[in-house]
Amino acid sequence: MDVELLTTTLARALAFGTPLLLVALGEIVAERSGVVNLGVEGAMMLGAVAGFVVAAITGSAILGLAAAALAGALTAALHATLSVVLLANQHVSGLAIAIGGVGLANLVGRDWVGRPLPAAMPFVSVPVLKDVPLLGPALFTDQYVLSYVALAAAVLLWWLTFRTRLGLTVRAVGESPIAADTSGVSVRRVRFLAVTFGGLMAGLGGAYLSLAYRPSWGENITNGMGWIALGLTIFALWHPLRAIGAALLFGAFFTLSFRLQSVLPPELLTLLPYLVTIVALTLIALRGGRGAVGAPEALGTPYRRGER
Amino acid sequence: MRRLAWVPRAHTPPWLPAGVSLGAFVAALLVTAGIFAAYGLNPVTAYATIVERTLLSWRGFGEVVRKSIPLLLAGVGMALALRARFWNIGAEGQILAGAVAASAVALFLPGLGSFVIPVLYLAAFVAAAAYGLVPAFLKARLGVNEIITTLMLNYVAIYVVRWLINGPWRGRSVTGFSYSDRFPRETYLPVLEGTRVHLPTLVIGLVLAVVVAWLLRSTRLGFSIRLLGEGPEAARYAGVRLLPTTLALAALAAGAAGLAGAGEVAGIHHRLIEPTSISLGYGYTAILVALLARSRPLATPIAALLLGWVFAAGDVMKVSLQLPFQITDVITGVTLLLLVASEPLLTHRPSWRVVKPQATTRPAGRST
Repeated sequence: MDVELLTTTLARALAFGTPLLLVALGEIVAERSGVVNLGVEGAMMLGAVAGFVVAAITGSAILGLAAAALAGALTAALHATLSVVLLANQHVSGLAIAIGGVGLANLVGRDWVGRPLPAAMPFVSVPVLKDVPLLGPALFTDQYVLSYVALAAAVLLWWLTFRTRLGLTVRAVGESPIAADTSGVSVRRVRFLAVTFGGLMAGLGGAYLSLAYRPSWGENITNGMGWIALGLTIFALWHPLRAIGAALLFGAFFTLSFRLQSVLPPELLTLLPYLVTIVALTLIALRGGRGAVGAPEALGTPYRRGER
Repeated sequence: MRRLAWVPRAHTPPWLPAGVSLGAFVAALLVTAGIFAAYGLNPVTAYATIVERTLLSWRGFGEVVRKSIPLLLAGVGMALALRARFWNIGAEGQILAGAVAASAVALFLPGLGSFVIPVLYLAAFVAAAAYGLVPAFLKARLGVNEIITTLMLNYVAIYVVRWLINGPWRGRSVTGFSYSDRFPRETYLPVLEGTRVHLPTLVIGLVLAVVVAWLLRSTRLGFSIRLLGEGPEAARYAGVRLLPTTLALAALAAGAAGLAGAGEVAGIHHRLIEPTSISLGYGYTAILVALLARSRPLATPIAALLLGWVFAAGDVMKVSLQLPFQITDVITGVTLLLLVASEPLLTHRPSWRVVKPQATTRPAGRST
């Protein structure tokens, strides 16, 4: 493969993989604290619509991003209230938010379908880094700001998760809430904040689509990307840096799959990402043998003081 | 200090689960009244219109029943899967798999005569069961998360159907639209006079609810499924074989959804059409049906009828009240949220009592 092709493929992979990376990073944090949020598709959709509507009205992409982050965070806070505070079933709560969130976003966005966005986000390049051979043109030239944010967030989250007390606390809550509780950590507060942060990232992932990548609003704009990101979280083994690789791998695959355009009808081309997610999860499971690989021990288990 | 505390219940009164389900549903209707008001409609007249067009007319009530048929079939399957804590979110795709198989029989297998309808149902069941076996095998054998795989397969099914109706199965007599040729007459399912209620599918759904209830209560497989629901540890300890049990329950659950797909294409549309018009989200709503019915197969017909009414009401809102159809998704989501939020009520009761600040009990729900 020549260098030119490699860099353009990587560049497109990043453009395509950015929303997946943003959402997966948020979900990694939530799941590291022990809570699965199946509602990310809903949070992404609500982020996308809130970002678009606010950016279209105010003419400011920054305000749009803020609105998207807020919408995503609020959506996840609802999930946290139900599953962490009220200790309701996480799966049901998440599904409810996914179904209701998608419906609500489509409802709100109904009058905005097909409208152009004057405040669309521009391409930017990162000074200094863009001159690095190979990686510069591939990852740091002419991408949207959110792509760089996603890459930086992955590195930052890796550092926070594995090198700081805060990260240790979050991991402890996800591995053994009873031990964390005993040592004076508020399991409820940590989980609530981790889930809410996850929603914030999902909101940004949605806004990337409606404010930058498209940039427009369309019904079901995320089209299952939130669910793919949930798969990516597992594929990345809950590791922020591996999430970069995983998102780029997914992105590269989709970019390259467009080369099959001449042999495959468009509908079958569109379904490849979903099939690949299944294959990826199967491969990672095969590698790790039976059962979950490196999943936080208390993932999906509500914590109630005084019960085990 | 006097504050709200959650006291564990010694036992759950028998009326409570149904009461909580119904309460959540009624609360969701109140939230919907708020949505009506937000759209500038008088909630009372809006509901009056809906009731008049869905419950007080024969044709209208027929629509309620016909929309509850796929919900019943997929819902019974979902109830079975949930009993084993197998999160099959793939009913939507399994409905489509059934619709594709039924369409294949109707379009390409001539000369079956009066056997065509049973063959069409059988093909739909088998195809959907096979589709459901993939995630079940991956889950039971490798521990691959079934929520994600079943969901991915929903999208795969949607695009396969779109490919079929735009490509190889595109009707010869069809211009402008993408759908298959019309099925031959003998494949049309008999309907109740003046409605679109396709009776054979309805009867199959009701029979299946009874069969699944019996299966869960009185068979070895049912016992294994219930043990799986208690958790993998308990099941292993009791000697439940994970792989065959999971495969059996997934095949049955998916096959039931497939029958719903056959009913939609052979009973209503008489051709393979755009996937989101074959299933209007019935597969996702089936989860709510099963949860409202508390995973009891015999309660699913009632839950399916309630949600069939929501779907029919959605049509009235769209046509008569000029409201966007996406409202039904919001109602479904809100009902689910209220249902899950009220779950702690089953195991704990709220009470205002004098408590020491440290001694507050947290509200609690059933764990996953």
